[in-house]
Formats: sequence, structure tokens, C-alpha cells
Amino acid sequence: MNLKRTTRNLLLFAVVIILIVSPLLFLKEAEFSGADGQAEEVIEEINPNYVPWFNPLIEPASGEIESLLFSVQAAIGAGFIGYFFGFVKGKKSTESESKSKNEKN
Amino acid sequence: MKKRIYLITSLISVMLLSPNYVFGMHIMEGFLPLPWAIFWFALSLPFVIVGGRTISKTFKNNPNQKLLFALVTAFVFILSALKMPSVTGSTSHPTGTGLGAIMFGPLPMAVSGLIVLLFQALLLAHGGITTLGANVFSMAIAGPFVSYFVFKVLKNKNKKVAVFLAAASGDLFTYIITSVQLALAHPDAVGGVMISLTKFLSIFAITQIPLAIAEGILTVIIYDLIVSYQKEGGYELEKNN
Repeated sequence: MNLKRTTRNLLLFAVVIILIVSPLLFLKEAEFSGADGQAEEVIEEINPNYVPWFNPLIEPASGEIESLLFSVQAAIGAGFIGYFFGFVKGKKSTESESKSKNEKN
Repeated sequence: MKKRIYLITSLISVMLLSPNYVFGMHIMEGFLPLPWAIFWFALSLPFVIVGGRTISKTFKNNPNQKLLFALVTAFVFILSALKMPSVTGSTSHPTGTGLGAIMFGPLPMAVSGLIVLLFQALLLAHGGITTLGANVFSMAIAGPFVSYFVFKVLKNKNKKVAVFLAAASGDLFTYIITSVQLALAHPDAVGGVMISLTKFLSIFAITQIPLAIAEGILTVIIYDLIVSYQKEGGYELEKNN
């Protein structure tokens, strides 16, 4: 892992953080609400007579439960990504270790 | 020409006049009339089937790809779980399907996307079973195809820029398709599909632009890491890197 690559990726990641955090700083009035619910309003405005003809089979009991499930989803993804890079990184260091041993002998 | 000017002016006026519209990502349960729900299911199904076959073929040829495919699916899991604030004062989430489309082609992503969308529809009441076909089409088929072709066209010029633009444009295109799907199903009583479309598009376009940029950058980072470990992972994405 060279330092230049790490620095560059960290800088790029900082840009992402700024991009995501800045709306929170500059739009103090905004609700940042769970957008899906409000989508219904747009459709209701366009098409006032529309009645959803099917309801979700299971609905999270509360906003907290919903965010729990969203975190579980993210955790599954993050967990595997961590596993993957840990695995290849471990492989890389064992390979370079055995290589340097061979050179010594 | 006249039509185009009309479209642009109405788009701009809608953007200016309706900053309060907020929109989520997937089409909600029950919000597509039955014929449209069936239509999008029928359209998505062949892509999912061919995608599944492509995946099993890839695994047979190179078992090392399994880990890599799990990785791009994990990327979809994490990115589509992150609801991020945007300049419109509302939240939406990226798709994460661009990465896989670049590495495996667009078809396998139909399967990855389906898994994630099923998870969200069944457990989170996010998206829906009746709208699954439409949501698979926008996020797991249309978006990945755009990402794939953008990458293909640009990759020989500058790989990082190609990855960035591929992921960002796939993300944006997903939302454009969602707008089209909603507009077709819910045409404006006076102005018809086009007016509905400008309404839905104006909501999506602004909200999604910063998120598409974020997805583009995140995809560049992870792609860069994947390439740097290609020898250890037993896969080959780029030679001489």
C-alpha cells in the first residue's frame, strides 16, 4: 500500500464528507425528512383520486426500528467489504514475508 | 424545437417554484397501478434471468470472482442503506450499482440489485413488492447499463474520471427512470405525462446531483483499492497497474 494512494483516497473521502455535511450546515431550516412519505403528496397533487392498492406486508414498528434495519443493511455491506480487504491485505503481507525469507536464504 | 423550449422553460420554472418537493428513492408500495406494475415486472424479468446465467458462467470460469462479486453486492448494500442529506433539504440515497457494472458488466447487477431491493421491500417497507419490477428496472438495470457504457467509452482516456462519471451518471439515470415510471403511471390531469415528468424530474435532479457526485467519488476510491489488490485477490481488472 503506497502512501500516495492512501493520501489521495483519504482526500477524496474528505470531499465526500464535505459534500454530505454541507447541506446540514447551510440549510438550517430544512427538515431532511424521510423522503418516501412525502412522495405520496406529489402523486396526490397530480392524481388526487389515486388510492394505493397494496400495502407493505411488514412495516417497521417505528422510525427507530426502521433505522435499525437500515443500519443492519449497511453493516452487512461494510462487514463484507472489511473482510474482503482484510483478506487480500493479509495475503499480500504473507506473500512479501515469505519472499523476503527466501531472499535471505 | 418549440417543444424543447417549452420543456426547458417549464422545467426551470418548476425547479424555481417548487423547492419543497421531496422524494425518496424507490417507488413506494402500491403506488404503481397494476398494469404498470406488471409491465415493469415483465420488462425486468429477462434481465434478471440472463444476469443470473452470466453470474454462474463467470463463477465457473474463475471461482475467484465469487469474492469479488460478493464485494460489489456488499457495496450496493451499504450505499443504498445510506440516506444522505442533499441541497434540497431532503434526503435520498445512492445506488452503488455502478461499481459492479464496471467490473462485471450490467447484467449481473440485475441480480445484486434485486437482492437489495427485496431486502428493503420485505423488511423495511422501503420500495415495495408490487413496485419491485419497476425499481429493479431503474436501479439494477437502467443505471448499470449507463454506467457500463460510460465506462467503456471513457476508460482509455482517463480511468479514474471514467469510473467517476460512470458511477455518477448511472446513479442519476436511475432517478431519471424512476421519474419516467412515475410520470407514465401518474400523468398530470391537464398537461399529461410531460408535465408530470418535469415535476418528478425537477425533484430528483437537484436532490440527486450531490449524491451522484458522492457515489462517483466513493466508487473511485473502492475501485482503486480493488485494482491495487488484484494480484492477491486472483482477479484481473487492469494490466500493468
